[in-house]
Amino acid sequence: MEIDDHLFRREAGRLVAALTRVFGVGNLALAEDVVQDAFCRALEVWPIRGMPDNPAAWLMATARHRAIDVIRRERTARTFAPDVVRVLEHGGTIDPIVDEAFAGAVIRDEQLRMMFSCCHPRLAEDVQIALVLNVLCGFGASEIAAAFLVGRAAMEKRIARGKHALASEGHLFDLADADFTTRLTSVRRALYLLFNEGYHGASGETTVRADLCADALRLARLLGEYPPAATPETDALIALMCLHAARLPARVDETGNLQALVDHDRSQWDRALVEEGLARLERSAAGTILTAWHLEAAIAAAHAAAANAASTDWALVVSLYDRLFAIAPSPVVALNRAIAIGQRDGADCGLAALDGITDRDRLARYPFYEAAAGELELKAGHPDAARERFAAALAVARNAGERRFLERRHAACARTGT
Amino acid sequence: MSEFVLLFRSTPEGQRAAMGTPERAQQSLQTWLAWIRRLETQGHLKSRGQPLDPVGKVVRKGAITDGPYAESKDLVLGFLIVDARDLDEAARLAADCPIAEHGGSVEVRPVGAIAT
Repeated sequence: MEIDDHLFRREAGRLVAALTRVFGVGNLALAEDVVQDAFCRALEVWPIRGMPDNPAAWLMATARHRAIDVIRRERTARTFAPDVVRVLEHGGTIDPIVDEAFAGAVIRDEQLRMMFSCCHPRLAEDVQIALVLNVLCGFGASEIAAAFLVGRAAMEKRIARGKHALASEGHLFDLADADFTTRLTSVRRALYLLFNEGYHGASGETTVRADLCADALRLARLLGEYPPAATPETDALIALMCLHAARLPARVDETGNLQALVDHDRSQWDRALVEEGLARLERSAAGTILTAWHLEAAIAAAHAAAANAASTDWALVVSLYDRLFAIAPSPVVALNRAIAIGQRDGADCGLAALDGITDRDRLARYPFYEAAAGELELKAGHPDAARERFAAALAVARNAGERRFLERRHAACARTGT
Repeated sequence: MSEFVLLFRSTPEGQRAAMGTPERAQQSLQTWLAWIRRLETQGHLKSRGQPLDPVGKVVRKGAITDGPYAESKDLVLGFLIVDARDLDEAARLAADCPIAEHGGSVEVRPVGAIAT
């Protein structure tokens, strides 16, 4: 019998959140130990006895049992959550409190509270993201370090700093808190950055990066299930995640080579995610606010509506990039706008738009600026200029996949040139 | 065909190492399941045996101690029973058991034949 992909990672996040409800946030490390014990037990029992019918429920029952043991054994040594302390003082049984923590709706709310706590505005965004990945998504420090191209020791320190801040709050964020809306903004921002790291990040491990995208989407959907958090802005965020994640299966071809968006075999796009994205995008239009996420999702929807690059409504794409640039100007947005102009008006216009990017020096370490220029030069019939631009892009390639992709493009110029 | 008991032994450290992160734990588990499935499809799996809880007592003359943790760093995690032609084949079956990856071992013991 097969196990679901990432069962343990997903359950780690859920179980730690539930256990924190009874242990208190000051005992986060204890919650993590209990989860690890439950996993150890699974590793000892499942191979020999066979897989349980419901592995997630098995892990939960094991963690619950162990939590009750730990509370009984360490009742004098530790301070658990106030509810538990009260019951212990009156000599009552803690079983119902522990059971409650593992109930479906409660476990979801505890994950949300954990998510909101991890995104405390006092914490730097990179710490928030590391915490979300470690505590809620079950990634180890070394795995997060690899995804962000950071040393393991530095990542461990970053996570420890975040956990210390979590513990010093004394309790998890209260979803009824007056700061809910402000904190919701930080949470969405962290999930957006997490998704982007997966989608655009520098790590060469495509599987790791797809995992980051999937986890960001899973947590964003969790937000969307909670009515006070399910605002049009949240819908826009989920829409853009779905519409981009839908493309992931086509991003590398069968030989493991990166594919440019215009060359994607769009039959490989995940239709279910496209549909979900389009439905979310429609719902996101309910309010009066238009955010950058609305526009990013709308651009992705324009691509999803076309069977291929040639039949894309590039005029619409350019106008959406114009509006996006107006509310969220950035050199990357300007770069994508220039590429769309190249498609709408021809390569020379695209090159002019590229040259017109005022702060393009900020793209100096981003290989896809020079690569875009190379594509446009090639299309304009200047293979020598194109070759130089691809060589410049190669010099700043961030991983083996990008390098292979750019080498192929570089070689394509030579063929056209002769 | 004769029956052999495979006794899985590991250390608490070895178990922790096999666990590492949740993702590593899942990989370890998948490797285990694949190994056992191989025994099964090749017709060697006689009985699934039992896992053993890592707690208990060790009883000797005049003393009962908590164990086996207190006694031994080398813990029996559980056992399986396999069918094999001889001890050599049974040992070959155990050779690629994933428990070895993290310092564990498999003890292969023939089930004693009773002369009738």
